[in-house]
Formats: sequence, structure tokens, C-alpha cells
Amino acid sequence: RFVFRMFVMTKTKKTLAKPNVKNIVLVDGVRTPFLLSGTSYSDLMPHDLGRGALQGLLNRTGVPKEIVDHIIYGIVIQEVKTSNVAREAALGAGFSDKTPAHTVTMACISSNQAMTSAVGLIAAGQCDVVVAGGVEFMSDVPIRHSRKMRKTMLSLNKAKTLGQRLSLLGSIRMGHLMPELPAVAEFSTAESMGHSADRLAAAFGVTRVEQDEYALRSHRLAKKAQDEGLLSDIISFQVPGKNIISADNGIRPTSMEQMGKLKPAFVKPHGTVTAANSSFLTDGASAVLIMSEEKALALGYKPKAYLRDFVYVSQDPKDQLLLGPTYATPKVLEKSGLTMEDIDVFEFHEAFAGQIVANLKAMDSDWFAQNCMGRKSKVGVPPMEKFNTWGGSLSLGHPFAATGCRLVTTVAHRLQKEGGQYGVVAACAAGGQVFLPKYTYAQLARADTEYSRGATVQVFLVHSFGLFSVHVLCMKMTMCKSVQKHF
Amino acid sequence: MAGVRAVGILSRFATSKYSRLSGHGHRSLSMSSSLLARTYANYEIKDGVAVIRINDPNSKVNTLSKPLQAEMTEILEEIWGNSAVKGAVLISSKPGSFIAGADLNMIQACKSAEEVTTLSQEGQKMFDKIEKSPIPIVAAINGSCLGGGLEFAIACQYRLATKSKKTVLGTPEVMLGLLPGAGGTQRLPKMLGIPAAFDMMLTGRNIRPDKAKKMGLVHQLVDPLGPGLKSPEEATIQYLETVAIEAAKNLANKKLSVKKEKGLVQKLQDMVMGLPFVRKQIYNMVTKKVMGQTKGLYPAPLKIIECVQTGIEKGTTAGSLAESVNFGNLAMTSESLALRGLYHGQVACKKNNFGSPARDVKNLAVLGAGLMGAGIAQVTVDKSVRTILKDTTVEGLTRGQQQVYKGLNDKTKKKAITSFQRDTTMSFLTGQLDYRGFDQADMVIEAVFEDLNVKHKVIKEVEAVIPPHCIFATNTSALPIKEIAAASKRPEKVIGMHYFSPVDKMQLLEIITTDKTSKDTTASAVAVGLKQGKIIIVVGDGPGFYTTRCLAAMLAEAVRVLQEGVGPKKLDALTKGLGFPVGGAALADEVGIDVAAHVAEDLGKALGSRFGGGNVEVLKTMVQKGYKGRKSGKGCYVYEKKSKDKKVNPGVEEILKAYQLKPAPSVSGDEDVQYRLLSRFVNESVLCLQEGILPDPVQGDIGAVFGLGFPPCLGGPFRFVDSFGADKLVQKMHRYEEVYGNQFSPCQLLLDHAKDSNKRFHK
Repeated sequence: RFVFRMFVMTKTKKTLAKPNVKNIVLVDGVRTPFLLSGTSYSDLMPHDLGRGALQGLLNRTGVPKEIVDHIIYGIVIQEVKTSNVAREAALGAGFSDKTPAHTVTMACISSNQAMTSAVGLIAAGQCDVVVAGGVEFMSDVPIRHSRKMRKTMLSLNKAKTLGQRLSLLGSIRMGHLMPELPAVAEFSTAESMGHSADRLAAAFGVTRVEQDEYALRSHRLAKKAQDEGLLSDIISFQVPGKNIISADNGIRPTSMEQMGKLKPAFVKPHGTVTAANSSFLTDGASAVLIMSEEKALALGYKPKAYLRDFVYVSQDPKDQLLLGPTYATPKVLEKSGLTMEDIDVFEFHEAFAGQIVANLKAMDSDWFAQNCMGRKSKVGVPPMEKFNTWGGSLSLGHPFAATGCRLVTTVAHRLQKEGGQYGVVAACAAGGQVFLPKYTYAQLARADTEYSRGATVQVFLVHSFGLFSVHVLCMKMTMCKSVQKHF
Repeated sequence: MAGVRAVGILSRFATSKYSRLSGHGHRSLSMSSSLLARTYANYEIKDGVAVIRINDPNSKVNTLSKPLQAEMTEILEEIWGNSAVKGAVLISSKPGSFIAGADLNMIQACKSAEEVTTLSQEGQKMFDKIEKSPIPIVAAINGSCLGGGLEFAIACQYRLATKSKKTVLGTPEVMLGLLPGAGGTQRLPKMLGIPAAFDMMLTGRNIRPDKAKKMGLVHQLVDPLGPGLKSPEEATIQYLETVAIEAAKNLANKKLSVKKEKGLVQKLQDMVMGLPFVRKQIYNMVTKKVMGQTKGLYPAPLKIIECVQTGIEKGTTAGSLAESVNFGNLAMTSESLALRGLYHGQVACKKNNFGSPARDVKNLAVLGAGLMGAGIAQVTVDKSVRTILKDTTVEGLTRGQQQVYKGLNDKTKKKAITSFQRDTTMSFLTGQLDYRGFDQADMVIEAVFEDLNVKHKVIKEVEAVIPPHCIFATNTSALPIKEIAAASKRPEKVIGMHYFSPVDKMQLLEIITTDKTSKDTTASAVAVGLKQGKIIIVVGDGPGFYTTRCLAAMLAEAVRVLQEGVGPKKLDALTKGLGFPVGGAALADEVGIDVAAHVAEDLGKALGSRFGGGNVEVLKTMVQKGYKGRKSGKGCYVYEKKSKDKKVNPGVEEILKAYQLKPAPSVSGDEDVQYRLLSRFVNESVLCLQEGILPDPVQGDIGAVFGLGFPPCLGGPFRFVDSFGADKLVQKMHRYEEVYGNQFSPCQLLLDHAKDSNKRFHK
């Protein structure tokens, strides 16, 4: 009966394929284990992790490297030595040196940007096989000399005589030696994201208990998924000269009592966002293999899903920084002629528990829909039994630019496992660079992605980008069987 | 202590952006002691905490009025009598106002100092009770918390404030010639330390939430919220209330303590302040500074020092008594009356009395990127209006754009705006040399060279490219608008907008209408001015309009005084002694000697010998020699970049010698010189009213004080005539008339007022 219903649904919705646009598929996706920053990966560099994910993808898919047309990789906090991290990681991973590679950045949805860029290249007929992914490495971030010191040092380069050099050196004062940390605050609003999340939670009346409960749920579900071996997108990573890492290390289901003991991390003393209900600073990398359907089938692959559509939207960076999913989700659904009820799998990026609950409340509010979104009625809330059921960024971790690919791959796997048809991914992201000098347990995250994919056929990927654009990627994913049946 | 800044009353007025104490009237309702909902304040008990909400039904802001005080007293008695109530929260239901101050009309209605003193004592008693409250009371501040409102808040046990842009704290009483009369002079020094308390009370400055937290005026800050399940304003108030209730509960069960660990600096400061001779030094220093800045013309700052000193040296009881008595006395002074009059006038001149214009000005163009043009552009882009700045040369344009950038960047340095806001604001400005985009302009303001031919050329060029609805405003300080409009094809769209330099600092805008200017054009000009944050007077057309004409009369006298051998420094001392913020000679340098010469000559021609006195040739010779004032580096004074001390220009002394006049001893004493200067100004003002150039005395007073720096303690020329007495002024003028002739002939309206002492400009 279930199969039959699905069949009917597929028939009534037909397919989300668009005329004159190639069908684009996700062949497979992998990621390195996500680790708390400052743990086992701490002596690496970003491209090392990227290399790990890319090599893992090569091994798992067995894709011949000479057929890869392009590689796109995302990163947020750039290591200046490897500014085109895509190329460094690809070469190191054994991809062909004839394959061009470029790096993209869009805060926490950087790898979403990498994937949608890939979709664009294929749809435009430029490429047939593209590798997309992202890496983030928070164990080390570029801390710079002060501007004054840099200026002096650069002038020193140009100084011709000893006298000039000495006088420049003599001009160095204590103030020159103050290092410059990556900004904690949004460039445009001078507000840190945790602070923004706390205000957002307050605006939607999200209590501390609600946040802690949601965070605990995320950790428990992640633990369950880990124990049941559902997190099959993970590939093992051998830390050079050290042991092999094969599991995430941030999953820590505790108790409400323990979480309740923590003091607010950003808004003091009355705030509600704490280390325990925020995503933590994470090291990790991910990668996906995207192809045109024709090519994938010709190569004998059994693609995991169609990638159908996407939308980016943007809002006021001050008060609506983290509300992207609420804005983007209905847009992509309407674009594809689907409703909330059609979606089987939701994956939202969990930046902060407060932000997720606020988004859920926003989606459930007629006032918000009418006054802020210009809609007649509320968006509607995704049912929790379909929502982030294998954990999320709060528990698995959030390496900024690697999260997008994790979400998409998870949707594909969940659709396969649960027999769903459509999935939606949504994520919100911000503009500036966030870095917290002290990290204890969990600190913060920056993007949410949410997508859903159809049991056998379709997936929507929704990413929202808080500051400048949010997009929804609506993807059609196809399981191997149906593909075979189809053709 | 370096932080102490004494009052600079005019500059405070000139830069104050937000309305001060509210003067909104209230209807005196008879209070019934029924248990039904009260009118001004209500409370409900939430979780053992009484939430007292203030909401004046008759006004946009809450004021500390008699009925509010009465209701508040009732509520507090009820709460204190209820053992289930463990704490209380005081909050306003209005988004932009906690309590904006005491009700000014309540003070105005008092007939004697004693009555006002009683008012003050009632306030003191109520706040003393609050201070001694058996349960903690938390003041939850969102919006303006000024004057009596602040005194209310500091009597509470704990203060929370939102970081909203509208939240400001302060004691602006000094700007109204009063002092914080409900315990402020006693509580603030104990709370903030003597130097910070003096700074706050003597300057009356607005204190933003961040600063208030830093100095210990509030304990905790709360962020304003964005839209959620309610509007941002409602959500913020509710959030504030929730946090405040939590604080009240925590205070009640001792989880939260008000006592703060003092830092080393604080301990050190306290120790130093414990020494009587150090305190004495501070009182002396502050008094000296106040005297230096006010020339003793403003009694309020001195009384504030006295009250603080009494409180600290002789105890709070003596201090409170001094506070209430001085408050009563100050309320009756002419200075306070003048300053309160200016406050009301300022409020009146921030309204558009011409209705809303047919269309909003969304695109504005400014011609001429000089000091004025760029200034106008700056205040316009600041309000997110697309602005074209056009000049004829690249150099001129570059300078102008730099000026706008510098103005905004200075704000960034002071942290008033972020660099991001600066850049966004700058993006509204387009600098160009041609007329591109003028077809989209809703208003063009020209600020080109003050020459009728140039203005005619510009008006013709512009009218060829602008759309039919576009308004042409001319920024001139003296050329009659109808002469400029003579070159226009559509004189109903031509209007004068006289800005004052520097435009971003000077608050006044004088709008000049001709008999052909349409009402909609006027409405539109006023709307633009209000948007730019200006205080606006609308006057009739004529040579020098209102402000320039009065100033020219006084400057003509100033030149004569110089010719009579009173040096520029002495002249400046005499004018400042009257209460002008800038001396006569220095003012001429600021305005520009060339402009002054130009105006003096034009007005002399147009208005005849009444504008005689000093010889115009003095100014013309100065211009010939290149002494054009500050902009050329030399005027009456020599301006050097680094030296602070101004030196008199020896070249000017020579010129003055060449044009020397013999002073008449009977009218050349210091006081007479002062009244000669003042009476010419005042007489010209009254004449403007008589001739219908000025619509009313209020706008006359506002224009003189905010545009020309007429002494605020006198309240403007019309207020001055009322308080000094028209008859006395006329007597003096007759004396001067005997020596100098018709320049001192009192005008008819002034004579009428002199004859009948019941006639007053201000009721």
C-alpha cells in the first residue's frame, strides 16, 4: 500500500524535472569525522582535512579522476598560505592536475554554494562531473600583526639604507605588538552571532528550557544514529603520524540538570544561549560527487538523489540574521508546487538550539507571516518526527564550510533508509567571521541548512543565507532502483 | 578631575537633538479612590512581583505630573501593605518614553517660589520613601529617562535599561535654568562620585545606555529585540519586563546583590574624595569653570554646586532643604523663564504648520559644493535621501565630498555610528559636474556664489532640466528671494532656505517665502528641513530677511565701536558678557568679512541710514587687504593652526586707526556699549515683527538664539523686551539717539509696548 501511494504521488507530482534542463544527480557524499577543534586534528592545516574528504570520495565512488571536469570547495576562515584551498586539497588527494579547482565562500553555507555552483555548471552544459565540498579548520585561525605593525614591516622591505631600517624599527611601539584576532562580530552590525541568537530567542519567547531540551534531543538522536551505524557518510581519516579517526567526538548526551547549570555565554546575566545549546567550534571536511544523470548512468552509477532546485534569500542582518529557513522553505516549496505535507525528510542546520526553535515558532506564527514575510498565513511547522532525526550541527558539530554537504548527503541517506520521497535542506548563514577565543564545551555555529528528499525520487535543498542571501536548493534525488526502473 | 565639564548652555541647546523635558499639558482629573483601573499608572502582580506600568493617556510621553504622583503613591501604599508582594518593577507602556521629566506646566502654574519649593519637597518625600522601600523596586527603563524621571529611577533599588536608540538618561534641568529638584543633587554624587555627578548635572547631557552602565547609573542592560511574534517595540517592552521581574525576584531572595566590588581606581578616587581639602578644591575648580563659561549669567549651575556641596558637607537633610529652596527660587528667575520659553519655542518650531506636501522629496540636488552646499548635502544623506552634489570644478567637488565624508567619519570616530553606517550613508551621495539625474530631482537647493547674476544664470540652467514639480530653493543670506525668482518661469516653486554654517552643527533653518511662493512649496521646504533635523522659522521676504537683518544692525554698531577705539578683544568680552557665545569681532571673522561687507552695503542701500553707524569702508578695506576672516587665515584676528591664543591682526588695528572716530563719553561706558549693540539688534527684530517679516515673537526668539547666538539667558529679543521692560529699553535708546541719530530710533511697536506695560510679546 505504501509503495502504491508513493507511486500515485510520483504520478500526480510527476517529476520535478524541468523541460530543457538536465537532470542533475548526487552520486555520493562523504565527510571526515567532525571533531571538536583543538583535539586530534589540531596540528593539521585546512587543506589536509580537505584532502582527506576528497580522497575518501575518490575511494568510495571509484570515479576515474580524469573524468572530473571541475572541483569546487568552500571555506570560511581562510588559511592565507592556501588561499585556493580547493586546488591544494585536490592535488594532494590525487586528482588530476588537469582538473581546474576553485574556492568559494559564503559563511556557513559555503559548501551549499559549492554544490549549487556545480549544479549551475552542469545545467549550463559546461561540465558533466563536478566534485563539491567544504572544509573548516578552527584549531588554527590566522591571527595577524596589527595594521600598524604590518605597515612598518612592509615599509621595512622597501627601506634601502641601514638608517632607514633603524628608524623604522625604532618607530615600533608597544601598541604595534597587539595582535589582531579574527572578528567576533558581524562586520555590518558589530554584533556577535551568539548575541544575535539570544535576542532572536527572546523575540520569539524561546525559553532556556526549550533550548536545552532541543539541544539534548539533538545529542540523543545523534548518539542513536552513531550507535546504529547510520552515519555512513563518514570516512576514516588517518592523522599523519597518529591514529585513525573514524567517529565524531562532539556527541555528548548529558542531562537537563547538567545543561541547566551552565551560565549564559553571550548575554549576561539574563541570556538563554549557553555553550551547551549552541553548536561548537569544529574541524572537519566534506565532499560530494555531482553529475548529470546521463553521465552517471553511462558510467554505471546508481545515483542517490536528484538535486532539483534551490533558492537563496536574504534579510536584515540585525534582527533576522538567523531566520533564513523560515523565509526560504515556503519559497522553494511553492516554486516546485509542493506543500509542507509532501516533504518526508527535513534537515535544518542547527546553529543554536534557540535559533532552531525560533524558526519553528516563526513558521508557526500568522503574525510573523503577515507582518514580516508578506504572506497571508503562516508557513507551517515541519513535524518533529521528520526533522533532523539523525542529530544535527549542535551534536555532530559544525565545521562552517563543511556542513552543507553533510546535510545533503544525510537527506539522501535518510530518504533511502526511511523510504521517503522528498527532502528539504535549509541553512542560514551570516556575513562576518566568527571566532571565539575561549571554547569550552560548545560554542557557536553560523549556518543552518535544511533539505528534504523524496523516498525514491525527489529532494529539495533549502539553504538560507541570513546576511545577504538565502537559497533553497530543491533537488530531486533518485535511488538506484528507481533509476534502473526508469531507464 | 578631568571629567568635569561645566555648562555651555548655548552649545547644549544648539546641539541637542532630542526633545527635553516634556511640556505636554495634562487635564487635571479629579481622582477617585475607586479600585477601578487608574488613569496614569496601573499594576498587576506577577509571580509575587508587582509590575507597575506607567502610561499617560493624554500624551506621547510620560511626565511626572501631580495626578501621576498621586496614583503612584496610592499604588505603592497598596503594594507595601500586601505581604504577598516580594518586589516591584516600574516600567512604562510607551515604547519611546520611560518618564521624560517633570511636567513643566506644573511649575509654570506656580505663582511663587514657595509653591515650587513645596512641589520639590513632595517629590523628595515620595522618592525618599521609595529609596527606603522594604521590598526591592526595579526601574525598567526603555526610552527617555530624564529629569524627574531619572530622579525617580535612581531612588529605586535597581535599574535596568534597554540599549534602544531611544533610551537616554540625563538631568537636563540646567538647560531650563533649573536644578534636579527631587533628590537628584543629593543622590547622584553618592552614586556616581562627585566629578561625574557634576558633569552630568552641569552639562545636562544625554547619557546613552552603554555609558550609563559604565558610570554606574544603571546596573544591567537589555538588548532591544527585532520582530518575533509581536512588533519589535512590544517585544522589547515585554522582554524588559520579564528580565526586570527576574531581577526583582533575585533581589528579594538575595541571589542578586546591588553592591558592586569597587575597582582599584574607584577605591582610590573614594579615598581622595574623602579628604575635605580635595573636595574643596573641586568645588572651587568647578565654580571657576562655570563662571568662565557662563560669565555668571546663569544662576542654575552655581546653585547645583551649592546643593551638592551642602549635601556632602552638612548632610542630606540640609542638602535636600537647599535643593528644594533653590529649586523654588530658580523657577522664578528670568533666566529660567527665558530658557523654558526657548524650550517650548523649539518644540513649536519642529512642526510643519503648512500641512503635508503633495509629494515627498526623495531625490534632492545641491548646487555648489562649498562649505554650505556640502553641509546641506551631509545633513540630507544622513537621513537616507538620495542627494546629488553638483559643482563646476573637480577641485570644488572633491573638497565638498571630502567635507561630507569627514563629517560622517568624525561621527564614526566618536562611535555615534559604525563605519558600515558611514559607508551606507555616503552611498546616498552622488558628486558630479553636470546636470545628469536632475530630471528625477524633487528639489534643488542652490548654494552658489552670492551674486544675483550668478543666481539668475543658475536658475535658468536648472529650470531647463528639472521636472515640473521640482522645487527650486535658494540658499542666500541676504539677496531678496523675489529678485532671484524674477529669472524663474515658475516663481511659485521658488523659495529661500537660509542655512547657517556649519550646517551639520547649527540647528536653525530660516525659510523665506515670497508672495508668489505656493503653500505646497513651503510645506515641502519645511518637511525637508525637519527631516534634516532643523528647527525652522518661516519668514517673509525682504532685504536680509529676519536673521541677517538683525545681525547686520548689530554688526554695524560693532564696527562703530571698533572705530571708536574699543579693540576687538574688548568688543568680544563685552558681547560675551551679554551672553553671546561668540564675540562680535570673532563672529564677523566666522561669517566672513567679505560677506559682512557685502551684506552691510546691500542692506545699507536697501534700508537707508538706519543701517549706518560703522563705516562700511572699514570692512571693504579689510577685504581688499585679504583679511576675509577665519577662512583666509586673517580677519580681526590672526588664525594660526596650532596656537590656541588668538592674536589681534595688527593690519586691522591700522585700518581702524585710519577710520578712527571720537567716542562720545556719555554713551561709551562698558554697559552703554553693550546696550547699544543689544538695542540695535532688538529694535530691528521688533521692526521685523511690525513689518510682518516675522509671523510671531516665538519664531523671532528662536531664530535669534539658534541662528545668531542671541543670549539664551535672555530668551531672545522679544523675551528680553518683556523681562527688561520696553519702557526702560526705549529710555536708553533715546539717549543713544541723541548722540547718534536715527539708528537708535525705537520702532513704533516698541514704543507701543513702552507706553503700555500690559503689552507683552509672550503671554
